[in-house]
Amino acid sequence: MTNPNKGTPLVELRDISIAFGGIKAVDHVTVDLYPGEVVGLLGHNGAGKSTLIKCLSGAYKADSGDVFINGTRVEINNPRDARAENIETIYQTLALADNLDAASNLFLGREIVNSMGFVDESRMEAETRKIMGRLNPNFRKFNVPVSALSGGQRQSVAIARAVYFNAKILIMDEPTAALGPEETETVSRLIQELKAQGLGIFLIEHDIHNVMKLCDRASVMKNGQLVGTVNVADVTDEDILSMIILGKQPAKAA
Amino acid sequence: MSNTSHSPATKSTPDSAFGRFLRATEIDPRLLGMVGALLLIWVIFHLYGAILLDGGTFLTPRNLWNLSVQTASIGIMATGMVLVIITRNIDLSVGSIVGVVGMYAGLLQVEWLPPFMGLGHPALWIIAVVFGIVLGALIGALHGTLIAFLSIPSFIVTLGGLLVWRGVAFLASDGRTISPVDPTFALIGGGPYGSVGAMGSWIVCVLACAAVVWMMMQGRAARKRHSFALRPMWAEYTVAAINCGVILIATLVVNSYGWPKGILKDYYATLGQEVPEGAFVAHGFAIPVLILAAVTIAMTILMTRTRFGRYVFAIGGNPEAATLSGINTRAMTVKIFALMGGLAGIAAVIASARLNSATNALGDLDELLVIAAAVVGGTSLAGGVGTISGAIIGALILVSLQTGMVLIGFGDGSYRKIVIGVALVLAVYLDIVYRKRIK
Repeated sequence: MTNPNKGTPLVELRDISIAFGGIKAVDHVTVDLYPGEVVGLLGHNGAGKSTLIKCLSGAYKADSGDVFINGTRVEINNPRDARAENIETIYQTLALADNLDAASNLFLGREIVNSMGFVDESRMEAETRKIMGRLNPNFRKFNVPVSALSGGQRQSVAIARAVYFNAKILIMDEPTAALGPEETETVSRLIQELKAQGLGIFLIEHDIHNVMKLCDRASVMKNGQLVGTVNVADVTDEDILSMIILGKQPAKAA
Repeated sequence: MSNTSHSPATKSTPDSAFGRFLRATEIDPRLLGMVGALLLIWVIFHLYGAILLDGGTFLTPRNLWNLSVQTASIGIMATGMVLVIITRNIDLSVGSIVGVVGMYAGLLQVEWLPPFMGLGHPALWIIAVVFGIVLGALIGALHGTLIAFLSIPSFIVTLGGLLVWRGVAFLASDGRTISPVDPTFALIGGGPYGSVGAMGSWIVCVLACAAVVWMMMQGRAARKRHSFALRPMWAEYTVAAINCGVILIATLVVNSYGWPKGILKDYYATLGQEVPEGAFVAHGFAIPVLILAAVTIAMTILMTRTRFGRYVFAIGGNPEAATLSGINTRAMTVKIFALMGGLAGIAAVIASARLNSATNALGDLDELLVIAAAVVGGTSLAGGVGTISGAIIGALILVSLQTGMVLIGFGDGSYRKIVIGVALVLAVYLDIVYRKRIK
């Protein structure tokens, strides 16, 4: 396969393995990601996509294998380490504390404090209003718990959290799964905008049309193993589907 | 964007005058409901006495002063229980921690240290107090460690703690009662000498009112800086007036409760004087009540203004999300239980000082009152929801029920337990109804 990218990848997950109770959830998988690129991670439910990505976001610790950021090997033992490397994650579950409002969720774990060490609630709300004004101008519910928000509004809070802190590497786990068509379109536009800014994005996605539209490359997993990585421009959606279903590399990309 | 309302209210709700008032002043309607229930309980007990007995005794300075002192140790522990319950845990061991801390603090100041330092050494009470708080915090930290790092449910760990520490308290003194405690230490428990008097209470009153006004001005300034919607000025004045009014009334009440005759006689005897005609010395705020107030303020700041408080709520709302946000939830659990233990240590100091002795029964069954106080005060056992001020009102409600039943002649225990049990279930039911309605 020809990789259109040159130079050092932004992220390289090299030979990652992780097992849970004897079941190999991720089995010697290597994927990489370049700046300004969207790499789709595809596969059936249980193929190991989310597990692989959690090794990068710090939610899990890989049993073996290495993580390289800009060519340097890094240790990611917990979510704090990942954030320190400018890796932000939008989880499928969104990982929001339902009893807190949008600002509290956006800054969770990274609250703005004043000179006396107290949380500066007003400033956090002002910053939240600013970023939400950019991402979702219709958003008005700043002072209610996020449990009172719609699926799309919750999603925009989760996205705002990732974008606000100047992520260089963004992980999105099925960001449009719970959204209506209009909101899906907003997320697509956002992904393209962030890509243009030079971020690298790992996108876990089931909808093959979104993959063809948004991704530059696609890495397909099956039963914990990597089937292969293809340039989306070089293949058809049929090729990718057969990789997902049959676990076979398409002939011309092989 | 600045014209969007700062209050969570939606436009679709019908606007009653009272609803508008609540929204403008941003007073929590649940808190208002709890205060209403508390006042109702007080009036009912008073009227019961006034109509069926010799006279109403509940709404008298003497009873209200006693009520404040009796609420102190339960209230202090209830503030910590709020954190424990918000993070979806429970602490059944606080009563036994009170027992074991009271016992060791008593032994320390009565039997262990006096041979070296001399009885009545001025540092004795300080050592005993610090020792009590540290011991409580260490026991709490031990519980927290077992819960966080060995994944044993908090219910089990603290149920074990309830038994273990009660047993340790008994063994520590072979079942003896340790008495009397250091005279300065005893002041922490309240009583005529353990109160700050009329002048002291007025100073507290003025400082508290000044603090209320200062904090409201700070809040308004912060909103202005970020051009959020401001409360109308009349609402600001109303809230300030209510807060300062409550403080003023409390001061007037404690200042109109005079020392009893016997204490007056002792007092003037030590001065070498006869008791003057019409002598009146006001109690003023009792020291344990001031400690309760300080703990309440500190815990409120902790919960609403610090990262620690945020993380407590976040863990309660979604533990997984809290972990993924980089919060060390295990360390938080240890800290929360250590804090709970430390507060139980303070409660133990107050309780043993008030009794002027350390007994084996100290703090017995306190855990139930403390948990009930937090829950009646609106802390949700499902986690994620609760306030410190609510827990204090919850503690006042429970202690009022308890002492009120004694005042109207149902003090033998059985009726008291029935009333408190029913009140607990009713309070939680009303809370569920309320939550459904606002959804």
